[in-house]
Amino acid sequence: MSEQTPAPDPPPSQPSEPPTSSPGHQEPTGPASPEPEAALTEVAASSPDSAEGPPVGDGWSPTPQGGGGWAPGERARIIRDALMEGNSFVVTVLALVSALVVGGLLNAFSNRAVLHAWGNLFSAPGNAFSMAWDTAVGAYVEMFEGSIFNPHTVAALFQQASMGTAIHDGYLSAVFNPLSETCVQATPLILAGLAVALPYQAGMFNIGGQSQFIGGAILAAYFGYGINMPVVVHVVVCVIAGFVGGGVVGWVVGELKARTGAHEVIVTIMLNYVMQYLLAYLLSYHYLMQAPGDNLITPPIWGNAHLPLLFGSHLRINTAFLVALACAFGIWWLLSRTTTGFEFRAVGKNPNAARVAGINVERNWVLVMLIAGGLAGLAGSAVIQGTDFTLNYQSYGTYGIDAITVALLGRGRPLGVVWAGLLFGALHAGAPLMQSVTGTPVDMVEVLQAVVVLFVAAPPLIRAVFRLRGGGGVLQVLSRGWGA
Amino acid sequence: MELELRGITKRFGSLVANDSIDLSVAPGQVHALLGENGAGKTTLMNVLYGLLQPDEGEILLDGKPARFRSPKDAIAAGIGMVHQHFMLVPVFTVAENVTLGIEETDRVGLLDRRKTRRDVRELSQRYGLEIDPDALVENLPVGIQQRVEIVKALVRQATVLILDEPTAVLTPAETEDLFRIIKQLKDGGTSVVFISHKLREVQAIADTITVLRRGAVVGQRPPSATEEELASLMVGRNVQLRVSKEAARPDEVMLDVSGLTVADEFGRVWVNGISFQVRSGEILGVAGVQGNGQTELCEALMGLRPTIEGRVTLNGRDLTHATPARRLRAGLAYIPEDRREDGLISDFSVADNMVLDVYKQPPFASGINLNLGAIASNAAERVQEFDVRTSSPQAPVGTLSGGNQQKVILARELGREHKVLVASQPTRGLDVGSIEFVHRRIVEQRDHGVAVLIVSAELDEIYALADRIAVMYEGKITGFRPPTVPAEELGRLMAGGSDEVPSASASGAGTPGAGQ
Repeated sequence: MSEQTPAPDPPPSQPSEPPTSSPGHQEPTGPASPEPEAALTEVAASSPDSAEGPPVGDGWSPTPQGGGGWAPGERARIIRDALMEGNSFVVTVLALVSALVVGGLLNAFSNRAVLHAWGNLFSAPGNAFSMAWDTAVGAYVEMFEGSIFNPHTVAALFQQASMGTAIHDGYLSAVFNPLSETCVQATPLILAGLAVALPYQAGMFNIGGQSQFIGGAILAAYFGYGINMPVVVHVVVCVIAGFVGGGVVGWVVGELKARTGAHEVIVTIMLNYVMQYLLAYLLSYHYLMQAPGDNLITPPIWGNAHLPLLFGSHLRINTAFLVALACAFGIWWLLSRTTTGFEFRAVGKNPNAARVAGINVERNWVLVMLIAGGLAGLAGSAVIQGTDFTLNYQSYGTYGIDAITVALLGRGRPLGVVWAGLLFGALHAGAPLMQSVTGTPVDMVEVLQAVVVLFVAAPPLIRAVFRLRGGGGVLQVLSRGWGA
Repeated sequence: MELELRGITKRFGSLVANDSIDLSVAPGQVHALLGENGAGKTTLMNVLYGLLQPDEGEILLDGKPARFRSPKDAIAAGIGMVHQHFMLVPVFTVAENVTLGIEETDRVGLLDRRKTRRDVRELSQRYGLEIDPDALVENLPVGIQQRVEIVKALVRQATVLILDEPTAVLTPAETEDLFRIIKQLKDGGTSVVFISHKLREVQAIADTITVLRRGAVVGQRPPSATEEELASLMVGRNVQLRVSKEAARPDEVMLDVSGLTVADEFGRVWVNGISFQVRSGEILGVAGVQGNGQTELCEALMGLRPTIEGRVTLNGRDLTHATPARRLRAGLAYIPEDRREDGLISDFSVADNMVLDVYKQPPFASGINLNLGAIASNAAERVQEFDVRTSSPQAPVGTLSGGNQQKVILARELGREHKVLVASQPTRGLDVGSIEFVHRRIVEQRDHGVAVLIVSAELDEIYALADRIAVMYEGKITGFRPPTVPAEELGRLMAGGSDEVPSASASGAGTPGAGQ
């Protein structure tokens, strides 16, 4: 075995220094380490492939190496380096900014009035620019007002107050309605996003959010309208039914992979079709799930099965949002604080080593897919019991695919999924107002989502655009395992 | 052709991989470059071969400065290189591989296969290479593939041949053949640069030995220099080449394997009715050329491969069909052959890797909860105890050097309650200093009454550690020998030579040399 990478041992330091003082920091760690102070970040970024080659200060020699504390200002320099190197968080934020810029440009240059103004560029150059700017920014402003905060509603509230009449509940609700809508939209995205993120941590790629969502929605709806139960019991039973419905679909995937080696990507994609047509079939016969009439829709669920609203009847935000947050916390806890999660992560990072260490890899695959399916099923229950109260042949929408983008933007981590879910939820919540006021089509949201994911999935692109140093790192891992 | 390197310096960022190195290779000379992993040998040769550009210094050919911008220039100047990992197309014939990149065509534009075949045959005869130009490369043993690489260089009229760790993949017999070929090349006027970290080989073949350490030349010695002298030059301190160990005191049988048969998923039998015993307090070394079922034997012992026939017991407990987890709990410790693939999770921290197979047991877990504090303090302790050089126990284990990665595995496996240690190629890819450390720990285990099974393709390692040697060939044990057996005898067994004393192998383990 010879050295694959040229990395000689570092020069010997004074033998009097104790060997324990941060050797990895002082010693060059890889062939690409341009400066010693970059060493710390390089340690994290250098790919495992080079592990055999560059010795991190070969510890076999008895000569003490390293030593020396951190020079003054070192910490600040490390932070600056992290920024310059573009760690995953920085890159994610920059990806969002880039997506907004691209979306704005797209918006400005697809608007007919703006295009016309460009035509008159030479007669009225300022006009073209200002119109482009106004169009791009206007759309975002409306989106913001529709998803987070709308000043007009506050004005209306104050007007009511100044007139001396009692503040009508509706006016207060109007102020918070955009935020409520954002949360409502985010809830299924977070749950379904977790259903992608958890298998991702265990080395699997769950494309089957849609089928699992449908599984959960079918059971939640069936228990919702089919049986009349007491107040609290009914809603809990329906939510559990949603988890079970999705879990069964996920379990099938895991079991097939564990027993036959069938790749989960193929199986989940195919199951998406199976569940889609199963749903259509169930909704086609009155003796199955179809409501009286010709529509492909179930009867409405009982009131007792509705998820309780959180802030009164004017805001749609309901307990499903809390369930989603609890699930995110639960998955975080599972992954980082339990032996089960340790096994999940070990199986995800290196199934061979996990097997050698006595971990039952196949059993973990099944368990992961079962939990993931259950989470997607909860997303189905959230939609049926929280907002729609009935199941139709299109209830699954695009949640399955959106979940993948949410998990991707959230970098496969539970907290990241919550943020990403809220962001995409806001985009969805703001889109209708944007369309009605500025005429920008709601499809703009899809474009934004796509561009965000494109940038997040291609960190080198962002690094190139913003001239960041560095490479490797956590983000690149995202593009791994898509077919593995 | 006389080759001279003058003051070659190559930096990678702040690293100085080569620090003003001077080297001259006389025509018809075998010049050995000796150094540990990471000493800069390969970097220097990559500079010479045009793969890297030196920051300072120059290359002189017959006294004239030369500049190699790419391997193409180097090849044109008569420098050939045989890489450690061969650059051959497996589904091509020898002749096709040799001609790849310098294809000659006839007038119509078709490949002139006949000429290539003739060239190969002619060179093969001149240097005693014995290669069939029409054989498919994938069907050839590694030793012959290496000769194809040599022919490739010779066809391109190389007068200086660089061999990068050429013996790493060879059996002892193949190494002998290679040395014969090198001598013939030398007699034909070709200079050879022989890169290695194996002292014995360098002494056997070189005319001059240059020792590199940390990117600089630390000395030049004739081959008559002692092993100890070369080793201390290489490592920078005195090294114990052979761990001192007392005679084994074997006790009761710990690991008892009888009639073990293992096949892969395609039904090919890799281990064929093997029987042996390992007693506590002794080391059984399994020698053999790679790919004769040693890997499969270890995997079957760990429950990673189903056992088709036979029985495995540990301290009287039947483990024949147990899961890996049960075997680990029963007291098997395992150092896998491929530490990065099977032994470690590169992205996990050093601390997590140190509990990879005990994370479920107290104090590391209570119920389903991981006890992160216990995991961290365990790591801190073991990092100190095993002198693991890492920036922090929380650093990903993939950032550590090979030697330190191996220490993490040792720390984990030896830190657990265990009665049997199975170590497969425990020092592969490690340098002299690291080997010393690992060997010392293994002998220490034996002295503490652990039954140790070592599988190694390195005869030196077998000799250094084993109290008893078993030789594997094509899934069978061809003989048990005491460690005093001459290498020729082992080589004969490794090539499938049968045992002259049939009763020795028939009675299985234990009998021959058990008491030594």
